[in-house]
Amino acid sequence: MAGSSAQSINLKLKVWQQRGPKDKGQFLEYDAKNVSTEMSFLEMLDVMNEDLVKQGKEPIEFDHDCREGICGMCSLVINGSAHGKDQAITTCQLHMRRFKDGETVTIEPFRAKAFPVIKDLVVDRSAFDRIIQTGGFVSVSTGAAQDANNLPVGKEKSDRAFEAATCIGCGACVAACPNASASLFVSAKIAHLALLPQGEVEREQRAYGMVHKMDEEGFGSCTNIGACSASCPKEISLENIAIMNREFLRGSLTHRK
Amino acid sequence: MNSNSYFCSTIGRKQLVGLTGLALCGFVLMHALTNMLILVSPDAYNKYSHALVTNPLIYFAEAILVLLFLGHIVIAIGLTVSSKGARPEKYHAGASGVKAGSVVAKNMWKQGIIIAIFLVYHLITFKFGTYYKTTIDGVEMRDLHRLVVEMFQLPLYSGFYVFVMVVLFFHLSHGLSSSIQTFGFHHPKHTPKIEKLGLAFAALVAVCFVSQPLYCFFIYKG
Ligand code: SF4
Ligand code: FES
Repeated sequence: MAGSSAQSINLKLKVWQQRGPKDKGQFLEYDAKNVSTEMSFLEMLDVMNEDLVKQGKEPIEFDHDCREGICGMCSLVINGSAHGKDQAITTCQLHMRRFKDGETVTIEPFRAKAFPVIKDLVVDRSAFDRIIQTGGFVSVSTGAAQDANNLPVGKEKSDRAFEAATCIGCGACVAACPNASASLFVSAKIAHLALLPQGEVEREQRAYGMVHKMDEEGFGSCTNIGACSASCPKEISLENIAIMNREFLRGSLTHRK
Repeated sequence: MNSNSYFCSTIGRKQLVGLTGLALCGFVLMHALTNMLILVSPDAYNKYSHALVTNPLIYFAEAILVLLFLGHIVIAIGLTVSSKGARPEKYHAGASGVKAGSVVAKNMWKQGIIIAIFLVYHLITFKFGTYYKTTIDGVEMRDLHRLVVEMFQLPLYSGFYVFVMVVLFFHLSHGLSSSIQTFGFHHPKHTPKIEKLGLAFAALVAVCFVSQPLYCFFIYKG
C-alpha cells in the first residue's frame, strides 16, 4: 500500500454482505467519498454505516470493541489480507492514510468452516473458547499470593512465555491460513502455559485435549506456510507451533485414557 | 480406532507425512547419487543396477519403499482434503506480499500429484521398460544404460523429466525443513540453518538428476 498524504481520499468499497450463516452472501459496492486520511478503518466503516442508515438501508455488521489493538474483537480480511496488508497491527489500528485515492478496497469476513458467518462481516469465533475450555488454563487453587521467589522462572523462558501470551485470540491466523488451521492460536496457548512452572504440571493433558478439540472444531491442518505468523497482529512465532507439535506427541504418548 | 487417537489427529498424521517424507528423502538422495555412475561409464552403471536387482534384499527394500510412498501420499491426500474442506467459501480477493505465505508450501499437494504421476510413468519406462541385454566380464545382465540414454535423447521426454525435477526441487526444499518443524524442533538460531540445508539438499538431488538428460543429450556420443 503506497498510502496517501492527501487530507481526504475517495474509495470504492466492495463489502461482503450476508444475512446469516445459511445465506449465500454477496458483495455490496459502495462509494466512500471524502474519507479523511486521519480516520481509522473502522471509523471509515462507521461513517459508511451512518450513511446507509440515513438512506434507510441496513448497516453492515462488523466486530470491534477496544479499538486499540488489545481485545482481539475486530477482524476483517482487507484486500485479501487479514487485518489489512500492514504487519503487526489489528484492523482497528489501520488508518486510511495507508490507502490510495481511487483505490478499490475489498472487505471480507474471516472465512473458515469453524468460524461461521453470523451476519455480514461478523463471524462466530466461539470455537476458540471451546478449545480453551479443554485445557487452556491452569487448575491451581488460588489463595494468598505466594512469595514470588518461591517459583523461580528463568528470564529467557519467561520472555518466551510472555511473547506467546500476547496472543489476543483474534483468529487472523485462521483467516490467513490457506488451510484455515488454528495452529498458531492453539500453539500460543499451549506454549505459554507449558513454559511456566504453574502450567507445566498439566502440559500433557493440555496439549492432548486442545489439539483434539481443535481438530474436532473443523480447522484445517498446518503445512508450515507461515501466512499465520505474518498476519498475526502480535507476531506470534512459528516456534510455538513446533512446541505444540512436540507437546502433543508427548501428550499422546503419556495419555492414559 | 478411537477418534482421539494420535493417528486420527492432524498433528499425528502430519508427523507421519514428515517421517515417511524424510525416509523418502534418504531414498531419493541415494538414487540421485548412484545415478551419477552414468557419468563414469556404461559398464559401471549397468554393474551397479545389476548388483542392486540381484541382491535378495531388494524385494524387502522395494516393499518398504512402496509402503513409504503409499503412506506419504495417502495420509497427505487425507490432510489436504480436510484442509480444503476447512474453508468452504474461498476469499474473493487474494492476499499479496508476506501475508500470503510461502508459495512453495501452499502448493505442496500439487507438486505431490505431479511427482506421483511421474513416478508411475518412470517405473513403466525404466523398471518395466525395454529389456536390452549386455555381457560384462562374462556376466549377462540388463543393459539399462542403453535404455536410459535412448530415453534421454528424446527431447520431449527429457523436457518432461527436467520439469518434474524442478517440481521435485521445490517439494524437497520445503519438505525437509518443514518435517523438522512438524516433529517439534524450532530454534531461532538453528531453524534458518535447517532451512538452508533443506534447500541445499533439494538442489543437490535436482542437479544430480538433471545432469543425466543433459549428459545424454549434449555430451554422450554412444
Ligand atoms: S496467534 Fe495472532 S493471529 Fe492468531 S489469534 Fe493469536 S493474536 Fe490473533
Ligand atoms: S477492536 Fe480490540 S483489537 Fe481491534
